[in-house]
Order: sequence, then structure tokens, then C-alpha cells
Amino acid sequence: MNEALTLLSFGEGGWGDTIAFGILVTVSLAIATLPFGLFLGFVIALAKNSSEPSLRLAANIYTTIFRGLPELLTLFLVYFGVQIGIQYGLTMIGVETYVEVNSFVAGMVALAFVFSSYASEAFLSAFRGIPDGQYEGGKALGMSRFKTMRFIILPQLIRLALPALGNLWLILVKETSLVSVIGLADLVREAGIAARVTKEPFLFFGIACLVYLVLAMISSAGLSRVERWTKRGEAAR
Amino acid sequence: MIAANPAAELKRPPAPPRRWTNARILGHVLMALWIVSGASLVYYLGSNVASPFVLKYWPNYIDGFLVTLQIVSLSLLIGALLSLPIAAARSSRWIIFSAPAYGYVYFFRGTPLLAQTFLIYYGAGSFREELEAVGLWSFFREAWYCVIFAFALNTSAYQAEILRGAIQNVPKGQWEGAEALGLSRPVTFFKVILPQAMMVALRPYGNEIILMIKGSAIASIVTIYDLMGETRRAYSRSYDFQAYIWAAVLYLVIVEVLRRVWDRIELRLTRHLKR
Repeated sequence: MNEALTLLSFGEGGWGDTIAFGILVTVSLAIATLPFGLFLGFVIALAKNSSEPSLRLAANIYTTIFRGLPELLTLFLVYFGVQIGIQYGLTMIGVETYVEVNSFVAGMVALAFVFSSYASEAFLSAFRGIPDGQYEGGKALGMSRFKTMRFIILPQLIRLALPALGNLWLILVKETSLVSVIGLADLVREAGIAARVTKEPFLFFGIACLVYLVLAMISSAGLSRVERWTKRGEAAR
Repeated sequence: MIAANPAAELKRPPAPPRRWTNARILGHVLMALWIVSGASLVYYLGSNVASPFVLKYWPNYIDGFLVTLQIVSLSLLIGALLSLPIAAARSSRWIIFSAPAYGYVYFFRGTPLLAQTFLIYYGAGSFREELEAVGLWSFFREAWYCVIFAFALNTSAYQAEILRGAIQNVPKGQWEGAEALGLSRPVTFFKVILPQAMMVALRPYGNEIILMIKGSAIASIVTIYDLMGETRRAYSRSYDFQAYIWAAVLYLVIVEVLRRVWDRIELRLTRHLKR
């Protein structure tokens, strides 16, 4: 037991700071992905909710692709695909350099694609939960379409979509672990390095699992606060 | 049919012309983009069907495909068996049963599958002597068994939650009605409750299978040559990006076919609800 504590301590001979750095990378990747995923998901949900069939079809194709591919494969497609694409483009215009895509950015892009395709479904079902009268009311008040969306629809939409989006956030935090495969020094990778050096794999991967659990607990607590905040209008009733 | 009024035979006014709204233009542009990229993908794959890469590696892809199917079906099956006692314990009134089951489900749903697989595959090495003593070391030494074990435990937690949710979804009156008819509890469960629960559980079960197919790609990281593993091997040997594109097409086809089949099954099972 004491041995384990020494291994996990900070500073000389301990792996605490390495693990802490890994946690930082994991959390920042998830947080950096979230706004892009949410925005993209919202735009796609708008397209799916449109009355224009071609727009709906285009959005559905996007969702089908990114929900059908394994996340790991999406990650590899983005990581190697973008690299090869940029290299090809540079060679076309006559520049001969070696490009390496940042694994953090590649992970962010791939996870945002996956997140947005699921988030669009969450937003879409929330759109369906808002009655037409809300749009009509906005129109009757002389609000522009943008203003109706911003002040009438969006606040209700967030409230309706939040439980599903909360689940997606928890999934996103877990999916960041895949980025360790393309070399980003996240929690799983740091734990793996520590495990290999100290020959204590069970301890370090166990710690990694526990950290993910703690992250999930913190997220759930945060989400229930956000949920209460979105429902603050209902409290008066 | 006789027209009530001769005037009604007048032609209907033509539908108003569909205007080129911004949404319509955008939709057509995006569809054009999809069609162009789809066509170029088909052209790219078509022009590579007889390329050295495909000729060399297609048997590997078939093998990988079969390995993926084996991993998924085995772990789903074992997971389904494990999920029964877990779901029963989870919905038990006794806290000595429900608390551990809750912890089990929370652990496996709250941590990444990758970390669980590593924990079992690499972590088993920490207990080598103990495992050798009970004769389980030969089981945990093999990546194949570790992967099946990890995936089965993972999916059993998800399946237990699906099962529990579906059974609790059946109204209490169904139990009472069966009791009033003098049916025993096992008969009530298997003949009255379970069929109704299965209807609710069907969609989440389908999603779980799809999640498992996608998750099984993780097996490639611990040296299993499933579809993803074969893809990575082919890419590392040839540096040909089409390795990943073929894999993407294969995975998309598997998942889409499964989704369609599942929709059919659901339509069939719920046909009495259609009006």
C-alpha cells in the first residue's frame, strides 16, 4: 500500500504530476471540443428541421456517416487524411516540406464530428418538442426570425435538449481516451507510460479508470446545476 | 362520381411555384457537394479495385471482418447472460444486492472501454503469480480472451440497465392482472412481462449492438487483428491511405445494414400497434 502511495506521489520518484498532466490534457481536449461540437450539431439540427427536403437529406447523410464509423476510425481518417491532404496540396503548389498534424487538433476535429452528429439528434428532438405557436407568437410580436430563435426558441431548446446533451458530454469525456492512440499525452497514455516504467499496470490503469469516474461524477454534479439554472423560470410557478 | 356542382369541374389553380429560397439553394449546393464527393469516392475505389493494394490485402480484410463479427457476437452473448443477474440484483429491494450491482454498472458505464481493456489486459500481469496459482494465467495471457472478457463485462453493464429500464417500464397492473388470474410469478414474468419489456428494449438493444461493433475497433490496440487491426497493419506496411477508406466503407455498410434490419424487426414486433 505504501509502495503504491510513493508511486503516486508528486515530485521525485512519483508519477503524480505525470498523471495530473494527463488529466489536464484529457479535460482540456473535452472542453475544447465541446463548443465546436455543439455549434455544428445545432446547425445540422436546423438543417434537419428545415422544410426543404434537399437540406434535410444533406444533413442526414452527415449524421449517417459519423454515427456509423467507429470513433477510432474517424480519428485515424482525420489524423492521417488531413496530413496526406495538406502534403498533397503543398506538393501541388510546389512546396516540399514534411507536415505533421497536431494530434490535439486532429482529436478535436474528429471528436467534434462525432459529437455534432449525435448532438444534432438531441437538438432535433428538442425542436420537435417546441410547439408551432411559439414561432407564431414571435412573429405576432413583430420579431425577426433571428430574434425569435434567439429569445424564444433557444432558451426552451436548451432546456429540452440538456439531458441528452449531458449524456453526450459524458460520452465525449470517455471518448477522449482514444486520442492516446495517435500519441497525445492524455490520461490513458500517461498511465500507460507509468505502468510500463514501474511495472505496475493494474495500479496505474486502475487509477486512470477512477479518475474517469471522478470526472463523470463532477460532470453530473455540474450538469444538474446547469439543469436547475435552465429551469429557473419554472420555479416561480 | 357526379360532380355536385358543374363549376367544381373547373381546373384546380396551379400550385404556387416553388421559389428558390436561401434554404433551397443551400440544400442543393450541399447535396451537390455530397454527390460529387460520393461519386469521386466510388470512382477512387472503383479505379483501385484491381490495384496491388487490394489484390494483396483483401483476404486480410475478410479475416478481420470475421474476427470483428466473432468479437462482437461472443461478447454480446456473454454480456447478455451476465446482464440477467446484474439487472435482477440492481432492481432488488435488498441493498446488499443492489449497491454492488449499482457500483458495477456505474464503473463500467463511467469509464472508457479503452481504459477497461488496458486494465484487464495489462493489469492482469500485476497478478501473474496469483493467477498462475489458480490456473487462470493462460486465460489472461491471451489478448483475445482479455478483449472478449473486457467487452463482455462492459456490455453486460449497459445491457443490465436496458433490461432493468424495460422491465420497470411495464405497468404494475400487468403483474396484478396476472396474479388475479392465478398465474405463478415465473409464468407471469416470462409470458406477460418479458414480451412487453422486449418491445421497449428492442431499440436500445440495437443501439448497444451498434455501439459494440464500433467499440470493437478498440481491440486492434491490444494486438487483435480485427477489421481495424488488419486496416492498421495494411496501412503501416503500404502507407496507402485507401486502407482506411476501405475500412470506413465496410464499417458503414455493417452498421447501416444492421440498422435497417433492426427497423424491420421493430416494425414486425410492433405490428399490432399500427393502425
